[in-house]
Amino acid sequence: MSDTVIKVENISKLYRLGEVGTGTISHDLNRWWHKVRGKEDPYLKIGQTNDRTQKGDSDYAWALKDVSFEVKRGEVLGIIGRNGAGKSTLLKILSRVTTPTSGEVKIKGRIASLLEVGTGFNPELTGRDNIYLNGAILGMRKQEINRKFDEIVDFSEVERYIDTPVKRYSSGMYVRLAFAVAAHLEPEILIVDEVLAVGDVQFQKKCMGKMSDVARHGKTILFVSHNMGAVLSLCNKAVWLANGKYFMGGKAREVGDAYLNANTLQSQQRVSLNTVARAGSDGSRAKITAIEWLDGVPLRHGCSVRVRLEIAFQNLTEDLRLGIGFSTIEGIRVVTYDSDANQSGIFSIDTPGTHSFELVIDKLPLNPGFYSIDVGCKSGDDHGLDYLKGAASVEVISGPNTPAHYFGKEAAVRLDGLWKSNSTNKT
Amino acid sequence: MNSQHTKIATNSLKTSVAQLPAAESSDDWSLVIRPQGRWWELQLTDVWHYRDLLWMFVRRDFVSVYKQTILGPIWFFIQPLLTTIMFTVIFSGIAKVSTGGLPPMLFYLAGTTPWNYFATCLTKTSGTFINNANLFGKVYFPRLVTPISIVVSNLIQFSIQFLLFLGFLAYYLIKGTEIHPHWLIIIGLTPVLLLLMALLGLGTGILVSSLTTKYRDLTFLVTFGVQLAMYGTPVIIPMASVPAKYLWIMEANPMSAIIETFRSIYLGGVIPWMQLGISAAVTLLLLLAGIAIFNKVEKTFMDTV
Repeated sequence: MSDTVIKVENISKLYRLGEVGTGTISHDLNRWWHKVRGKEDPYLKIGQTNDRTQKGDSDYAWALKDVSFEVKRGEVLGIIGRNGAGKSTLLKILSRVTTPTSGEVKIKGRIASLLEVGTGFNPELTGRDNIYLNGAILGMRKQEINRKFDEIVDFSEVERYIDTPVKRYSSGMYVRLAFAVAAHLEPEILIVDEVLAVGDVQFQKKCMGKMSDVARHGKTILFVSHNMGAVLSLCNKAVWLANGKYFMGGKAREVGDAYLNANTLQSQQRVSLNTVARAGSDGSRAKITAIEWLDGVPLRHGCSVRVRLEIAFQNLTEDLRLGIGFSTIEGIRVVTYDSDANQSGIFSIDTPGTHSFELVIDKLPLNPGFYSIDVGCKSGDDHGLDYLKGAASVEVISGPNTPAHYFGKEAAVRLDGLWKSNSTNKT
Repeated sequence: MNSQHTKIATNSLKTSVAQLPAAESSDDWSLVIRPQGRWWELQLTDVWHYRDLLWMFVRRDFVSVYKQTILGPIWFFIQPLLTTIMFTVIFSGIAKVSTGGLPPMLFYLAGTTPWNYFATCLTKTSGTFINNANLFGKVYFPRLVTPISIVVSNLIQFSIQFLLFLGFLAYYLIKGTEIHPHWLIIIGLTPVLLLLMALLGLGTGILVSSLTTKYRDLTFLVTFGVQLAMYGTPVIIPMASVPAKYLWIMEANPMSAIIETFRSIYLGGVIPWMQLGISAAVTLLLLLAGIAIFNKVEKTFMDTV
């Protein structure tokens, strides 16, 4: 039971940054010219480690650099790391979507990867046809699909619509059918991306349930995520990637704890957000430049907390509204403080430049644990100026009024309601 | 357990036959992912393993093309018919280009039927990587399955146009027009010609598609170039009436011999065996080069597309 089924040996992957276009021909010619003379690829040398926060002076970056690890049969391995740590690149190499720049991966047994459900679904085809098509794309033979067809239809709960084109399906039916096909793949090694677990909570549970089911049957699973909750509940081993390098590996619990500790170390009292990459908004009109915990970190449950946001404005801004959200490490938002919850929290900025705003939380309702902070500001009701998901993380520890025997995480929020006794026989 | 056994076995083998190169440690790996495969590894067994997928793709193409059209497959009928009528009017009627004594309709149909098949194979397969980037970025299967499935699905279009051609041929034969098909050779050579066209279209198509992943300029060139190439092929003008000054263009084109042969076996005339042989050799070379480059590109194209 302990033989190696995946052996990753010194995998590296070099990516070209920026636009592919101008310069590619000259780089290609140069590369070819070096090759003809028997020299090393000139662009392999100048690649730098993948650290997004620093602006490199090279056009090339290592998404992965000399990563090696082994996976044994029956292990459920979680691959964790921050955004851009190289998880997705590793996944793509393992699922053979792209090849490494150097190094080797050796695999024993049939491998299947689920980077997405419903890959290759054709909206014009019926559910039945799509089961066959999707199954074949995922590597199943026709007899195999024939054999499992009824099971797949049962699992998907769309039997009535099986001969209807999938473009008429509701999105829920579509996803269920797609997942049903994927769930009935029977590979010896399964690679799963966390994006698979999007969708409603019911569906997530079904995905997770199916995965632990597969794991119990002695199959090997690689699960890629930055959702620590999912990794801890599903995996027994973990590998931590940081900036494209193998950072730590071992028991999921140990790696997970180390990962959380390291990430909270980064949550200093004041976090500069100037260089952090934005997802949607570009921060060109207003940019949240820093978040500061005025009463120090860690925060204490039930105590007063003051948070300061610093925002740099390029121009005058009317009707400014701010928001701070706290999410659990599983990525579930538990508390949101929007400034426009009352009228005094709508500001107007008369002079461009950096302004600061303060939020006072009377009694922090968050249970002890680690939280990820989202910050945002908008002008008016729907005009977003800047939004940062996971801008910082912070630890909350128990305060003077937190119950002494604190039972782990039965809830993320602990409030103090007013309790009274209405019993007749008072003592 | 198992791997240990093999290790012991290889070790004992090494001691007894010392000059043998050391076997790679218990080499029962079913898959090794390396930076670059060797260029001569065509990975055709891999494609064979995914043959079910190939049929799924063909089926998908067939079903999804006719969905929500009123005329359905008749469209494949109308398009060549109109083109042929156009050719007849412009080239035969107005410009008076010789058709070698054959009825113009039949002459043009004998050219456009095979040419259309080749041209659709080429243009459609040349977009393999770009059109399927989303699919290819999510799951692995031998990418070659996609262009092959395109070539196979195009057979449907070809057969419809071929039926149209046969219909006209029958009409003229019954009418008593002077046509002398090589009946015996037809049966043997038609599938060969079809295969040659398919392979040539596939070979050039995947070559182009491999190059377009990096340099998109080629996509513009393909649709345009295929149109131009038709005039460099004896689709409209029989090779016999091309001035010697320009003849080399047609002779250099591997499709010329195929179309000439196609027309000769159905409508009568000399079969250019020699040219056909050369054309077959060129097709094979292009195909091998195409597959080799395609396989190389499929490994890294996700990074450049």
